[in-house]
Amino acid sequence: MANPMRIRARADGDIVQVRVLISHVMETGLRKDAQGELVPAHYIQLIDVTYDGRIVLSAEWGPAVSRNPYLAFKFRGGAPGGKVRVTWTDNLGETQSYEASVE
Amino acid sequence: MPHSRRQFLTSGSSITLLTLMAASGLLGPEAAAAQWNKGAFESKNMEDLVRTLGGTAPQRSDDIVFVGPEIAENGAVVPVEVASRLPGTDSIALLIEKNPNLLAANFAIPAGTLPEIQTRVKMAETCNVYALVRAQGKFYYTAKEIKVTVGGCGG
Repeated sequence: MANPMRIRARADGDIVQVRVLISHVMETGLRKDAQGELVPAHYIQLIDVTYDGRIVLSAEWGPAVSRNPYLAFKFRGGAPGGKVRVTWTDNLGETQSYEASVE
Repeated sequence: MPHSRRQFLTSGSSITLLTLMAASGLLGPEAAAAQWNKGAFESKNMEDLVRTLGGTAPQRSDDIVFVGPEIAENGAVVPVEVASRLPGTDSIALLIEKNPNLLAANFAIPAGTLPEIQTRVKMAETCNVYALVRAQGKFYYTAKEIKVTVGGCGG
């Protein structure tokens, strides 16, 4: 995958807005392919966002989160140069973790 | 086939190790929290879900702001936004009434993070979408009907 995750973190005063776009199929397990076969469920279940190692958001997702998930939120106490890290784990045990600097 | 003695010993010792690690603080709170709540995602109605999350009797609240489209042309990508003005908000969940699973996502909001979430969800058909918020140990919700032109679960 060319672009598995994009993280934008922008500071406005001490509030940091984080926007995350993840590349993931988010298959529900209920969809049939062109041959009429069920496509197995494959979706992100857990996602954690940290700022300099401190958890600023964590979530549990089901298959109803859209394909290529988007997430945006804000936290206090950040500054330009700090590191925002996003880590996810899906129902097949695959995991990815990426980091970006606050702008 | 019954478990062999060695399997039993192996699994037993790994549980002991985890317990020791947790007790000694080697596993931080985030490791302990990193559990997907299967029961919550299998809940069929809001009362069951709230019970699974350890609460009772959710109340409707005007202090939760839910922003979503009146009509979603594509049920596979419905942008939603929830903001809570309830003091002590520490979780925000999105519930979609007529989806195969009621619970779509549950966000834990630690102190210092604003109780505002934006994401995108799939909707099978026109129905109510609920934002369920936990604040100071109590559960509150608001609802909005979103009309879906093309459902987002088939294909």
